[in-house]
Amino acid sequence: MKDISISVPKEDHNEKVSGSSPYVSDIKMDHMLYAKTVRSDHAKAKIMSIEIPPLPNGYFVVDYKDIPGKNYVKMIFEDWPVFAEESVNYIGEPIMLVVGKNKQTIDDIIDQIKIVYKLLKPVFEYKKSVIHKQFNKGNNKQVFQKQEYSISHTYETGYQEQAYIEPQGFIAYPETKDKVTLIGSIQCPYYVKNAVINTLGCEPEQVRVIQPSVGGAFGGKEEFPSIMACQLAVAVRKIQLPIKMIYEREEDMEVTTKRHPSKITLTASINSDYKIEGIKAHVSLDSGAYIGLSGVVLARAMIAATSAYTVDNLDISGDVYATNTVPNGAFRGFGAPQMIFAMEMFIHHIAKELKQDPFTMRMNHLAKQGDLTSTSGLFRDPIIMEKMIEKATEISGYHEKVKAYAAPSVYKGIGMSWFLHGCGFTGSGESTHINAKVKLKKDENNQVYILVAAVDMGQGCKTSLKKIVAQTLECKLDQITFDNPDTDFVPDSGPTVASRTVMIVGGLLARAALKMKETWKQDERMEVNENYVQPEYIKWDEDQMIGDAYPAYSWGVNIVEVEVSPITYQTKLKHIWSVYDVGKAIDKRLVLGQADGGIAQGVAYGYLEVMNHEKGKLRQKSMTDYIIPTSVDMAPTDTVIMENPYILGPYGAKGVGELTLVGGAPAVALAIELAIGKNVYKIPASPEYVLELMTDEH
Amino acid sequence: MSIKFKLNNKDIELNLDPSMRFLDVLRNHLNLTGSKEGCGEGECGACAILLDGHIVHSCILPLANVFGREIITIEGFKETKRYQVLADAMLEEGGSQCGICTPGMMIAAESLLSQNSKPTDEEIRIGISGNLCRCTGYNMIVKAIKTASKKGDGLW
Repeated sequence: MKDISISVPKEDHNEKVSGSSPYVSDIKMDHMLYAKTVRSDHAKAKIMSIEIPPLPNGYFVVDYKDIPGKNYVKMIFEDWPVFAEESVNYIGEPIMLVVGKNKQTIDDIIDQIKIVYKLLKPVFEYKKSVIHKQFNKGNNKQVFQKQEYSISHTYETGYQEQAYIEPQGFIAYPETKDKVTLIGSIQCPYYVKNAVINTLGCEPEQVRVIQPSVGGAFGGKEEFPSIMACQLAVAVRKIQLPIKMIYEREEDMEVTTKRHPSKITLTASINSDYKIEGIKAHVSLDSGAYIGLSGVVLARAMIAATSAYTVDNLDISGDVYATNTVPNGAFRGFGAPQMIFAMEMFIHHIAKELKQDPFTMRMNHLAKQGDLTSTSGLFRDPIIMEKMIEKATEISGYHEKVKAYAAPSVYKGIGMSWFLHGCGFTGSGESTHINAKVKLKKDENNQVYILVAAVDMGQGCKTSLKKIVAQTLECKLDQITFDNPDTDFVPDSGPTVASRTVMIVGGLLARAALKMKETWKQDERMEVNENYVQPEYIKWDEDQMIGDAYPAYSWGVNIVEVEVSPITYQTKLKHIWSVYDVGKAIDKRLVLGQADGGIAQGVAYGYLEVMNHEKGKLRQKSMTDYIIPTSVDMAPTDTVIMENPYILGPYGAKGVGELTLVGGAPAVALAIELAIGKNVYKIPASPEYVLELMTDEH
Repeated sequence: MSIKFKLNNKDIELNLDPSMRFLDVLRNHLNLTGSKEGCGEGECGACAILLDGHIVHSCILPLANVFGREIITIEGFKETKRYQVLADAMLEEGGSQCGICTPGMMIAAESLLSQNSKPTDEEIRIGISGNLCRCTGYNMIVKAIKTASKKGDGLW
C-alpha cells in the first residue's frame, strides 16, 4: 500500500487559484436585500428610548421584538443576546438590523436612528469573576511547606485578532415560508443550525445551513457566525426575502471575538537539587461582556499549565472575568498559547535566578511516557521529545548560538519552546457534548460520498479526509466525492475545531470505510454510519478536572532566531526551525502548510500583533492599524515531521492545526530576551515594551 | 458618462458613476468575482488586478481612472500560459490554502515576474509584500514563484 503521507494535489486547488471558488460574498440572489447592524456606542448603558425615522417602502428594522424563540445565542451559557433589549454591555453590541435594497439608503436610515442611553459605569479590570475553576495534583500544601527556593512571576498576554482575509458574512433566504436557509462563512454548520433553531423556536427541519468556500477562520468563525445567523434568520422570517450581510473589515475587527487577554501568576517550589517539586498557578482571562466559550478556553489554559513538563504537585486555579469589552472567543490554540507562553518563560526565569543552565533544567523536567499529566491522567503513548529536541537543536545550531549571543551588545537572540497540544475536545466533550456521527454513501456506479459536517477552511480536510477513505477502500481518489457540508444532507460530525477533524472525524470515516469495504456490494447502493465511541480507558471527572483531559497529545519544538535593532528595538525574524510529532502526516504538504501558517501566527502573537482598547473602544480597526506579518516580516522555515503513530488515529494521525501555533510566542519571546539581556514577562514584545525593559533600572 | 477601457483583452464601455470603486464594478456589474474584498482600504491585496501590466488594488481605484487603460483580472490572466505555470508551481509547493488571497497573489506574482523574470527570494518577498495571507506564512508562495520563474523560463 502507498504511504498515505505522500502528498496529492489539493482537492480545491484549481478553483482557489483561478478565483472561481464561490465564497459567500460572491453569491447573489434575485430580490436580494442587504442588512446592516445598528450597534451600541457605549461600553455600558441602559437604552432609554429608540427613535426610528419613517422607513421608505421596502425597508425594515429587525430587533429583539421580532424574535419568535429565545433571545440568546445558543452556545454553552445563555448569556449572549442576539439583539440587545434594555441594556448594552460593550461598544459595538448589536441592537437591531436595518434591511433594504440599497446600501446607501440603509446607511442614511442608520444615521437618523436616535438612541438615548443612560450611561452606567463600565468595568475593564479583572475584578468580576463569572467562572472559577480549580484542580490539584499530588500534595502541593506539603511541598510548599518544606521548600528550599520559592520563585514567583506574573505573565501577561494581549489580544490577538484572527484576521482571516475574508470577513464574516452570510446570505439567508426563505426556502419555503417556514424554512430558512443560511449560507455563510463558518467552521461549524451544526452550531449555526442549533443556534438558529433556538432563536426561531422552530423545528430542526425548518433550518438549513450550507457552507460555501471559507476564506480563513482560525477559530474566529467557530461561535461568532451563530450570532449573525440568528439575526438574519429572524429578519428572513419577518421579511420573507433573501438577505445578505457581509461585514466590512472595520466592523469585523470591532465586533467579532478575539483571543482572550490573560494574566497568569506562577509560583514554584524548588528543592536543593533544583527540581521543581510543585507549582501554584492562577490564570485570569478577560472574557469581554459575555461568557461564550470562555470557560472552555480557561479549562484548556489551565490543563496546559505544565505544558511539556512533568511536575508532581500542582495547585491550578483560574477565573474568567467579565468586562465591558467585545466578547472574546475561540482562536487556534484556545487558551493554550497564553499558558504555554507563561510556563516556558517561567522555567527559564527560574533557571536564570538559580544560576542554572535553562536547557538542563528543562530536560530534567521533560514529560515521559508513563508520567501523570497535569490533571493526573496518564501519558500512555510513547513521547519522542528527546529525539525531537536533539534534531531541532542540531539543525538550528541552537547551543552554539545561545553561547555566541549571550555576549552583551550582540542584539541577536535564539529561543526555543517545547509544547504539547491535546487533540480533540477537552475532557469527555467528544462523548458527552458532541457525539460525532459520520456517513458514507455509495451509488450504483460505485462512487463513494463522504457525508460529514467538517469544513475545509484552507487546512485541506477535503483532501485529507478523501485520502483516508480512498486508502481504506483501496480505490482512486476520484472515486470519492466530498462536497461542502449542507445540514440537509450531512450528519453532525461535530464542529471543525480543536484539531479534531483528521483524528476524530477521519478516524470515524476510516472505520466506516472499512465496514463498507468488508460488506462491499459492487454496483449497488450502500450506506454506512459510524458514531463516536469514547475509548473505555479514558476517564474524566469534569467537576474535579481530574483524569485524562485528552485522548492523545501532539508534540512540538520551535526554535526562532532574531535580531533586535539597538536603535529602534524592532525585532527582525531571521529563521524558524520546527520539529513536530503529529502521529502520522496524512498529507505531508498539507501538514507543512499548517506548520508554516501556524508558526507565523504564533510568532507574530509573541512580538508583532498589538491590539488594545481605551475605555472599551478598540484602538485598531483596520488591516492598517492591526499589523499581521507580511512576506517581508516572515522568516524562512525548516520543518521536520517525526512519525510516532497513535494507535487510535486514522493511519496513526493525531491533531495538527493548533499545535503549530502554540509554541511560537515563547520561542520568539525567549529569543528577544537573549538578544536584549532582559527578562520578558509580557507579549507582544513590541518595540515599546522592549524600550520599557531597556530603560527599567531593574 | 461613458468610460471606455480594455478588460481582459476586450473593449468595454460603461455608463456608470465614475467615482465607483472599480472592485464593485468588476464584482457587481461585470460579474467578475475572482477579485476579492478583504479590507477595502488597499492594504491586503485580495482585490489586486493589473493596470497596464502593473499591480493595483481595485478597492481603492475609482472607475474613472481606468479610462483608456488596459485591465487584466484573474479571469483574464487564467487564460494564459504564464498563469498555468504559476498555478502548477503553487500546487507543487502548497502555496494556496483558504484561497481568498490567492487570485491577488497570482496577480502580484505576474506583476513581479513581468518586471523581473528571475527574482531572488528577497525580491519575491518584496514583490508580494502588498498581499496579505493569513494561512500560509508566505514561504510556500515564495517557493512557488521561484519554481515558476525557473519552469517558465522564457515566458516572462
